[in-house]
Amino acid sequence: MKRVYVNEDRCLGCHLCEFYCSFANSGADDMAKAFKLDMAATPRIKVEEGGDINFAVSCRHCSDPSCVNNCITGALSVHDGVIEIDESRCVGCYTCVLSCPYGCIVIDKKNGGRTITKCELCTRNSQGEPACVKGCLNSAIVFEERGED
Amino acid sequence: MSVNYFPAEFEVLRNTDKCIKCRACERQCANEVHFYDADFDKMLTHDDQCVDCQRCVTICPTGALKIHKNPNEFRQNYNYTQQIMTENYRQAGTGAVLLSSMGNPLPYPVYWDKILINASQVTNPSIDPLREPMETKVFLGKKPNKMSFNEDGSVNTKLDPHLELSVPIMFSAMSYGSISKNAHESLARAATELGTYYNTGEGGLHKDFYQYGPNTIVQVASGRFGVFKDYLETGAAIEIKMGQGAKPGIGGHLPGAKIREDVSKTRMIPMGTDAISPAPHHDIYSIEDLRQLIYSLKEATEYKKPIIVKIAAVHNVAAIASGIARSGADIIAIDGFRGGTGAAPTRIRDNVGIPIELALASVDQRLRDEGIRNNVSVVVAGSIRSASDAVKAIALGADAIYIATPALLAMGCHLCRSCHGGKCNWGIATQRPDLVKRLNPDVAYKRLVNLVHAWDHEIKEMMGGMGINSIEALRGNRLMLRGIGLTDRELKILGIAHAGE
Repeated sequence: MKRVYVNEDRCLGCHLCEFYCSFANSGADDMAKAFKLDMAATPRIKVEEGGDINFAVSCRHCSDPSCVNNCITGALSVHDGVIEIDESRCVGCYTCVLSCPYGCIVIDKKNGGRTITKCELCTRNSQGEPACVKGCLNSAIVFEERGED
Repeated sequence: MSVNYFPAEFEVLRNTDKCIKCRACERQCANEVHFYDADFDKMLTHDDQCVDCQRCVTICPTGALKIHKNPNEFRQNYNYTQQIMTENYRQAGTGAVLLSSMGNPLPYPVYWDKILINASQVTNPSIDPLREPMETKVFLGKKPNKMSFNEDGSVNTKLDPHLELSVPIMFSAMSYGSISKNAHESLARAATELGTYYNTGEGGLHKDFYQYGPNTIVQVASGRFGVFKDYLETGAAIEIKMGQGAKPGIGGHLPGAKIREDVSKTRMIPMGTDAISPAPHHDIYSIEDLRQLIYSLKEATEYKKPIIVKIAAVHNVAAIASGIARSGADIIAIDGFRGGTGAAPTRIRDNVGIPIELALASVDQRLRDEGIRNNVSVVVAGSIRSASDAVKAIALGADAIYIATPALLAMGCHLCRSCHGGKCNWGIATQRPDLVKRLNPDVAYKRLVNLVHAWDHEIKEMMGGMGINSIEALRGNRLMLRGIGLTDRELKILGIAHAGE
């Protein structure tokens, strides 16, 4: 399955992926509008910084995902390998946040933390391909098949 | 106290309606121009630190930024321009020689732009390179004056070592130190894929790049940085750098700030020391001395590799080239006065040397007149900006061309001419690890390959238009060129007729 990977040797820590993610999931047709009119979504990708090494982390779409296994309401499910969130079923218990070994489940600040949100590889917005990959300055974030389950 | 005022050269214009305060500009500016002010909740700028490298403009996700020339100017003066005034202020403050980088930016004539290329009409029909074979392969090195064959048709003449180029374009010398490791890797990989050569410059060869040896020209300059047996044996050819177009008469300059651990190891000099190559080679004071170095290098590499002698285009370049052609060199590289550099004294870069177009024409003519043109191949450098410049150079007599600035452009350079500062925002002319990282060799090498492929296509198109299907038939074919707006004297030196003749 094609997944988003980051090459930490190339990641510059510019944080643009976070902003492109926010815009992609905002529903706005213009990036400036998304941020100026408070439409921007909570970014599903986060740049971890540490001195010379930076890397952007987003959902790994694990083949045996702890978040899905532990979800108490069945809000998280797997469709064609992509772990999706059904916000209408999420009760904001954050069990998934605690169980994700990568820290990739994001508390949705847009709705005051009532639900979580997460990377769905831009399959449910108008992008067509992951916006973080498309916007990465240095081609550090890639969307590719690496033969993992 | 300073009495001088240095107006900021550039001003950053930010459209606050578009700026989303993502701070990418701030994170990506090594000159620390952009910053976020929490009190104002605004992005602000230190305009005086901007070098107009366009990094922030390029990456801004909403297109909120523009950089323009600061309209604040000293009183207009065509003689004492603002630049000359600020340079004098600067020197009054520091007592130092001014440094610059990249090629001469002054408005000297560009002869390429005053030369036009021919095309066939009716007779001698043009050739369509997409439908018919077209040869741009070039061999560089000594050509035998006579060939003899055995009875079975095999060649009996002993041939000198040659470089085989699948395109008549090579990447010219840029040292590891002046440019980053990622930039070097990109050039090496591109040269390998293209079937041409890149040049180490005078900074030695990083151990990681020995694998690209068959497509590497190793340079031996007056500082002899990084020169040892393995280095010489690894390269496909050895270039003796006598001069550089950007700074004829002096040696290379690499500021100590760029000499970090890896560069220091590769150059075999202490970390942090300025690498200032001597102006002359201390063992070369005549053509005979040059011959000794050429044969020392040939001896060291068992006569398997062609030797290139690179000189800057200076006033009596034809006579110098004639001497070099008799000294045992296989290839002469001539670097024009508009050639680039990672650091050179401003006055020298801007005022010393001559245009490559004139130098090439006079060298080719002189070597022909003396009957020694076949002794050497001639490679030209120093601002070959496009495929049409390349075609004109070959028609003026060059066997191949060296490009460097176009290669840098392909890798992201925006010609801000601040290489000597070591803070290249594009990750090219820097050794700061966080900046070097910005040049992704996987992307950059493909862009270099694209660039050369595109030039090659264009060269073939133009050759086809002239009814020529091989570089061999274009070389020195000055009948294919006409001058426009040139004086009789200039036409005579270039050896071409005026348009309409």
